[in-house]
Amino acid sequence: MVSLDINGKRQNVDVPGETPLLWALRDELGLTGSKFGCGMALCGACTVHVDGQAVRSCITPISVVANKKVVTIEAVGNDPVGRALQAAWVEHGVPQCGYCQAGQIMSAAALLRRTPNPTDAQIDEAMDGNICRCGTYTRIRAAIKQAAAKRGGA
Amino acid sequence: MSVPVIDRGSRPGQESESLVLANVSRRRFLKGMSLGGLVLAVGFQSTARAQEPKKYGADGMPNGWVDNPLVFVSIAEDGTVTIVCHRSEMGQGVRTGMPMIVADELEADWKRVRVAQATGDEKKFGNQDTDGSRSTRHFFEPMRRCGAAARTMLEAAAAERWKVPVSEVAAKNHEVVHGPTGRKLGYGALAKAAAGQPVPARASLRLKDPKDFRYIGKGELKLVDALDIATGKAKYGIDTRLPGMLYAVVARPPVLGGKVAKVDDAEALKVPGVVKVVQIEPSPMPALFNPVGGVAVLARNTFAAMQGRRALKITWDDGPNASYDSTAYKAGLEESARKPAKVVRNDGDFEKAAAGAAKRLQAEYYIPHLAHATMEPPAAAARISNGKCEVWGCFQSPQRARDLVAKRLGMSFDDVTVHVTLLGGGFGRKSKPDYGIEAAVLSKAVDGKPVKVTWTRDDDLHNSYYHTVSVEHLEAGVNEWGTPVAWLHRTAAPTIFSTFNVDAKNESPVELGMGVINVPFAIPNVRIENPEAIAHTRIGWFRSVSNIPHAFAVQSFVAELAAAAGRDPKDFLLEVIGPPRVVSPATLGDTWNHGESPESYPVDTERLRRVIEVAAHAAGWGKQLPKGQGMGIAGHYSFVSYIAAVVQVAVDPKGALTIPRVDVAVDCGPTVNPDRVRSQMEGAVIMGVGAATLGEISFKNGRVEQNNFDSYQVTRMTGAPKEIRVHIIPGEDYSKPMGGVGEPGVPPIPPALCNAIFAATGKRIRRLPIRDQLTV
Repeated sequence: MVSLDINGKRQNVDVPGETPLLWALRDELGLTGSKFGCGMALCGACTVHVDGQAVRSCITPISVVANKKVVTIEAVGNDPVGRALQAAWVEHGVPQCGYCQAGQIMSAAALLRRTPNPTDAQIDEAMDGNICRCGTYTRIRAAIKQAAAKRGGA
Repeated sequence: MSVPVIDRGSRPGQESESLVLANVSRRRFLKGMSLGGLVLAVGFQSTARAQEPKKYGADGMPNGWVDNPLVFVSIAEDGTVTIVCHRSEMGQGVRTGMPMIVADELEADWKRVRVAQATGDEKKFGNQDTDGSRSTRHFFEPMRRCGAAARTMLEAAAAERWKVPVSEVAAKNHEVVHGPTGRKLGYGALAKAAAGQPVPARASLRLKDPKDFRYIGKGELKLVDALDIATGKAKYGIDTRLPGMLYAVVARPPVLGGKVAKVDDAEALKVPGVVKVVQIEPSPMPALFNPVGGVAVLARNTFAAMQGRRALKITWDDGPNASYDSTAYKAGLEESARKPAKVVRNDGDFEKAAAGAAKRLQAEYYIPHLAHATMEPPAAAARISNGKCEVWGCFQSPQRARDLVAKRLGMSFDDVTVHVTLLGGGFGRKSKPDYGIEAAVLSKAVDGKPVKVTWTRDDDLHNSYYHTVSVEHLEAGVNEWGTPVAWLHRTAAPTIFSTFNVDAKNESPVELGMGVINVPFAIPNVRIENPEAIAHTRIGWFRSVSNIPHAFAVQSFVAELAAAAGRDPKDFLLEVIGPPRVVSPATLGDTWNHGESPESYPVDTERLRRVIEVAAHAAGWGKQLPKGQGMGIAGHYSFVSYIAAVVQVAVDPKGALTIPRVDVAVDCGPTVNPDRVRSQMEGAVIMGVGAATLGEISFKNGRVEQNNFDSYQVTRMTGAPKEIRVHIIPGEDYSKPMGGVGEPGVPPIPPALCNAIFAATGKRIRRLPIRDQLTV
């Protein structure tokens, strides 16, 4: 039994401590917004925040995050940065299939928290770990910039 | 891509000539939707009769189209309009576009429209095979009629209520208005009465004047699923959760046609959370859409199942395809491509003209296998209870999933229901429902308990239906000005049809009709040849299919001829296309024409020329660029649309490639949702860049050598063009035929990119992917 702080709520999961956070979220807690894409931290679809940092949940054992605050796409909108990004994503029509976009938004939110007004190069660097097979990158850049501007960055 | 003949299994009523809906459909619809206050009575359906001339468009597809408002529209008493989308959403925006068409003709207020997803049921909904860039061009008219019929019935109900002539009333923005008195009734208030109205005859329907469209062609509506996607609520096949569900992963034969020789599951069963190990029988060849078999581990969560699979000890009996080796196979294709072969088009006399030409040139191009690598790997869940099977999954063709699950389980077709989730990418992979059949087989193995099968990324890369591998050999004889007078194209590639017929060794008319025989160049002597190639893996269709290798070769070779002649590549390409004219596909030997009527959809070189000119003009073609930069152009006709791209590249002294900008011009006829046309072009550019720069699936000892996104690389943000500008040729005349959008943006990108690299560096890329070929 491992006790986790997920989206501000204490939850127990009865699986071995080596279980990746992604599968605890998806299969044990029913939080399916975080996606499986590679299982090796190569694609970013599973990105969540652990104590505010963007983390690939597919390779993060639950034992490691037991005493940390985990935020997923389901709750990132409670934060003004997350909410601004979600609005910008809708406004710019960023999603195509949408599958990677939870991870994209989580990575973008972590970026804007540490760099409220990122340059193109900073956006590229922060987002390069998140693959979008539909090819929405140009709109992702535009949406991040819009969210930054609305947050008073640009 | 049109789907080859498949075994559709037993299906009551399949052979009947008339597929007109009976009242039973209405009851099923009512029960299924249970939204109350349902409008509208029995409707209409296209009928497929024997002995009729060849059918085109939606008429030519299995189960055709349906425009019955009863099937697609329901109105609740609170005025909520629910519109059913029967095509699968995989990022092309169809769940917004299709309902938008209905809503526009219905005069529905989009804010009060909900979208429901159809289950797999083509008798009820018409063709659902979401493939071939066909949804909008095949269903624009049926969906308009559907909305117009529903609107007409609401108007009739209002006129009856007010006891006024129907000519005095008109529906407008979710209410019906009586002109002379200004009285109004909302759609909710009219819902029940409208249900009692007869369905208007199709010929009597009044369609809107396009100038009155509210939504069609405007591109102002947000995607219906955007907020759910951005907040993590959107549900894909892999997200399916059912009470008591087991999670499965499958160890599949690494070589096509292989099977389990021996399995020891003792260690797997000791893994905490593992419940059961089940063997899935391999399917005989041809591969079709069947599971390849293997050993499944069922567990209480996906991770436990993955750990259990890791602990399996399996000895595989690989079978004859274990000899498949991509390096050797490439050499074999090259050898075939250098010898005369089956002639599939022959205009004039290539040999004679080439022999008399001022100069002969030749080049050979190689394009490897690709995997779709949808971000959501294949996944599906199934459960069986009371003799009925339900399947949930990310299916491009839910009807096919339903047919094949019924057949595999030996169940009646009517006892199988296929629920369609969102698809986390499709690109052709999810047209093949092998993973849905796996889920059903595994559910049956545990007495019908719900089971979800999740493919890992290595599963996806190891057991895909791969884009073909291709050697394209081109020769030309040119006159003293460098203009080609003789053109030979030998295309050597294993065919998709090998997946359906083990004896298929030549490209089919479908593949040849994708930019090899139907190239409308003004060259008098043309010979196209197609040597045999034997497939050793499952060949399938991948977004834009054979257009990728064909356009890469043709558009690269034209640029090579331009360079040899010392001519501007854009002007030279236009000259090779020749003057504006309309070319019948038949004269090009193209009997397929993307399934469309050759009269309605001839090859129009004026349209091809225009997109080339528009893309070039927008990109500033001809302007001076700094050293190490260059522009390349390509134009290609596919999926009955015309697309040209100008790619601008920068190559630094070490050979690092960046793409500052891409301009795409698209003529797909009139558009429903221009913003989604743009987004599809943007995505196609990035997928084309990925295929050109990074993408390669290779085989050794019959096994795929790539395991995940480290070895099978796709374009990331840093490798993507910094700017993509999409220029849509205005198509306001909605009586003109529509073209495809999802796929045709891809083919011009690899050649335009490589032509740009040539302009920037003088280096000609003939083998994809480019990867480190530019490194100095």
